[in-house]
Amino acid sequence: MNEIALLIAATLASGTPLAIAGMGLLLNEKAGVLNLGAEGMMLVAAIAGFAAAFTTGSDTLAFLAGAAAGGLLAAAFGALVIWLNTNQYATGLAVSLFGYGFSAFVGVEFVGKKLAERSAFEVPLLADIPLLGPALFKQHPMVYLAIGLMFALIWFLYRSRAGLVLRAIGESPESAHALGYKVRWIRLGAVIAGGALCGVAGAFLSVVYAPLWVEGLVAGRGWIALALTTFATWRPVRVLLGAYLFGGVTMLQFALQGAGVDVSSQLLAMLPYLATIVVLALISRNPAWIRINMPASLGKSFHPGT
Amino acid sequence: MLMLEARPQPSKAMSAASPLIALALTAVIAALLFLALGKDPMKGLGIFFVEPLNGLRQVSEVLLKATPLIVIALGLAVCYRSNVWNIGAEGQYLLGALAGGGVALWLTTHGIVLPKMIAVPLVLLGGVLGGMAWAAITAVLRDKFNASEILVSLMLVYVAQQLVNYLVFGAWKDPQGFNFPQTKTFDASTWLPTLLTGTRLHVGFLVALAAVALMWVFMFRMFRGFQLQVGGLAPAAARYAGYSASTSLWTAMMISGGLAGLAGAMEAAGPLRQITPHISTGLGFTAIIVCFVGRLHPLGIVFAGVLLSMMLIGGELGQSRLGLPNALTGVFQGLLLVLLLACDTLIHYRIRLRRSHLAPL
Amino acid sequence: MLTFNKRSLLRWGGFACLASAAALVGCGKKEEPAKPAAQAAPAAAPKAEPFKAAWVYVGPVGDAGWTYAHDVGRKAVEAEFGDKVKTTFVEKVPEGADAERVIRDLAAQGNKIIFATSFGFMEQMVKVASEFPDVRFEHATGYKTAPNLRIYDAKFYEDAYLAGVVAGSVTKTNTLGFVASFPIPEVLRNINAFTLGAQSVNPKVKTKVVWVSSWFDPPKESEAAQSMINGGADVLLQNTDSSAVLQTAEKNGKFAFGWDSDMSTVAPKAHLASCVVIWDGYYKKAVKEAMDGSWKTERTVWGVKEGQNALAKIADFVPEAAKKKVDEVKAGMKAGTFEVFTGPIHGTDGKEMLAKGVMADQGWKDKVDFYVKGVEGKIPSGK
Repeated sequence: MNEIALLIAATLASGTPLAIAGMGLLLNEKAGVLNLGAEGMMLVAAIAGFAAAFTTGSDTLAFLAGAAAGGLLAAAFGALVIWLNTNQYATGLAVSLFGYGFSAFVGVEFVGKKLAERSAFEVPLLADIPLLGPALFKQHPMVYLAIGLMFALIWFLYRSRAGLVLRAIGESPESAHALGYKVRWIRLGAVIAGGALCGVAGAFLSVVYAPLWVEGLVAGRGWIALALTTFATWRPVRVLLGAYLFGGVTMLQFALQGAGVDVSSQLLAMLPYLATIVVLALISRNPAWIRINMPASLGKSFHPGT
Repeated sequence: MLMLEARPQPSKAMSAASPLIALALTAVIAALLFLALGKDPMKGLGIFFVEPLNGLRQVSEVLLKATPLIVIALGLAVCYRSNVWNIGAEGQYLLGALAGGGVALWLTTHGIVLPKMIAVPLVLLGGVLGGMAWAAITAVLRDKFNASEILVSLMLVYVAQQLVNYLVFGAWKDPQGFNFPQTKTFDASTWLPTLLTGTRLHVGFLVALAAVALMWVFMFRMFRGFQLQVGGLAPAAARYAGYSASTSLWTAMMISGGLAGLAGAMEAAGPLRQITPHISTGLGFTAIIVCFVGRLHPLGIVFAGVLLSMMLIGGELGQSRLGLPNALTGVFQGLLLVLLLACDTLIHYRIRLRRSHLAPL
Repeated sequence: MLTFNKRSLLRWGGFACLASAAALVGCGKKEEPAKPAAQAAPAAAPKAEPFKAAWVYVGPVGDAGWTYAHDVGRKAVEAEFGDKVKTTFVEKVPEGADAERVIRDLAAQGNKIIFATSFGFMEQMVKVASEFPDVRFEHATGYKTAPNLRIYDAKFYEDAYLAGVVAGSVTKTNTLGFVASFPIPEVLRNINAFTLGAQSVNPKVKTKVVWVSSWFDPPKESEAAQSMINGGADVLLQNTDSSAVLQTAEKNGKFAFGWDSDMSTVAPKAHLASCVVIWDGYYKKAVKEAMDGSWKTERTVWGVKEGQNALAKIADFVPEAAKKKVDEVKAGMKAGTFEVFTGPIHGTDGKEMLAKGVMADQGWKDKVDFYVKGVEGKIPSGK
């Protein structure tokens, strides 16, 4: 039983960066922008966060640095797709490739470096509950922040005026424009905010989870986060659960290996990706379902005045 | 202030010039980066753009590396023009290497020595089928389940990499290989014939050129190619005209999967002559850049393939000759693509200086 | 005919670019024939050209692990020979077809001895060696040789065995964990040696293994370590190159070892010892042999005896009994009387792989493809 509790704990930790990035991407997509550059943003944020943590020893500064790096790259991405109307798919890809190379380049100094000691975090009292304690309450604060972020996002999107405007822009930018809203600026804001969240996720990976820097540290988690928004049908709660699902399958395959299960490790390593494909296929199967939930203008450029 | 004004018609001149402008800008930023790293910018640029062409051997290496890039990019061009976003070419390439290499391995382990005229095409055919099969998974999931081809094809890349590991560490491992993860070296009858003695350039290069010609004919002279492009540019019009979106999807995916698989088989039977865990080098992703820099056009792709191949080799040379960090190549590639996309706006928009209206006196 | 509009300017500009590029290439080509002429004259040169030696690395020099250790060896060569030797290195060379280009370029650039530090460079080394008969090629951890290509390796399994002795003495749960990269003989030897060493002081020990399919992937190594800790392991060893496993162990209050380099400062509470490899001695010997002509094709596998492998920085809190046993075994290795793989050795299915009292020869060790009894699970894809 204790093993299951520990597996749950590992799942929460593993799923958190996916959840945070996924929610950032959700913001982007609700505004109508498909951000394929998530992987690149997470990478530059990871190295920025690591560099900040290494030089200042402060976790907070590291997360801020990560958010700033992600936000900056997102701003460049946003300028390209929103103002210059470049193709969203291609630009996102380009940003990802650039982010990979740039982070590797800047990070050369930091390979093999180690961060200062960190004390284990526990929620007082709650952590001592047998089974539930180790399962749920011995995590880094960021894990709980991710859950809090989900609630904040729900409130923002569905209960606030600003969120309503954002969703309107995602559904029909032309109508929003006609109503006088500055569509492009609001979209840029969403893109930058989403990028900053991807940045926080990236910094979490390099500063808390690994905690090391190596080229390509993010290892495809940005793409997985993208997949999450789709198979969460653009709802924050499902993004969080999907992230935990993926994180869980990842940790499960290691646990299975450690337990000496008689399946080749390479086949086990395929599990998380196969799981993503299966869930994606099942969710997307109903086109009506997708159509109802997907922001109508997702991926399309907006030209004011046309 | 500077404003973007829509052009009445897309500018043809800009269409050709924009990659060159992007390249020039990349070179400028590169020079600045070299300066920042304390290296001579002219030497640095020379390493990337001149050294790789310095002599017959070097040129042959550039063409050798460009071959798979061109082949994969041709397939991707068909996809992207049809608005099918196949990002998983790397996975299809790997399956092609496994399938084509598998044919070669089977022939080798069973001691069957066929004349080259038969063995080599068999290997290449295996590669094409392997790549197609992998692409078919993405196609069927998009067609029947509406699953995003971007995500499925990408996830399948990771699965393909694990599959390579699984086979090379297990069933396909060379029994005389001291348990190293590699297959037997293929029998010489299955090797791609060399084009120039003393170099590694093989007939794959000619195959690539043939593919370029065929692709040009397909896209610009065949009805099916036309249908695909209309489907990409104006899906509603395509539907109205009765072009089946499903057929277009399958055509695009099969072509790009087949071509990526062909490239994989060429790599396995060409420079490598065996399958190791190291056949996955990210060619499938670099090919995406080649595709865009080449404007999704067969001829452009040839130039872009050579250019990016030069960049890759230049990066290696930069390391061993100038001590430049290896990651620089990735930065340049990404930069080139981003700048290219930015310059592309100039095709549809003009930059104008607008003065604020002066009230008449 | 000449119109000065944007279109024609662009066209002429394009031609100009192509023309200048062609000119540059032409100039470049002219340089090549001049170079061999210059090189033909060294015999009469007043100052001797430094002997050029090159290293090809698979990873980054900053990895504080495998590649870092080789680079330390390279620097030792520089220190030893000073002006007489000029060293170069290329890092992060992908194994496979691209490596051939790098190796060939290094040979063409005048390097007289080239070291390739990963088994994935084997085929490429063989090919290039056949084209440059007067250059010496040395391949680490491989098995193919040629008149100008030889192989070298280290006895990592001796380090792993010594670590096992410490681990077996320290473990409270009798469960050890091993974060493994790829199922090649070297790694399997290490897993087995670790287990054998632990069993020599604590016969009840079991070892769990998790494969991460990478030599250097800190998040994965962390996850693998965590999952084994969750499964009850309290002492970990690894075959991967980062310090992630150590850090994860520290986070959980468990123990681990450094691998490839001294990682004692990374996690002071968790660090039991570091399995290090010191290539300095071998590299100095190889370069000297190449320079004075005594270089010949052979296979060199050095270990604790020659000072190439060592268990370093054993933590103070390791029990005295364990330290004594380690010293005992080390003395045996140094004297050449102790062989890690001495029978009886049984596989996980009970089959006898080495008879009682028999010391394994190189051939046996090269082909290790099984787990010894006490290791849990099955080797990926197969046996």
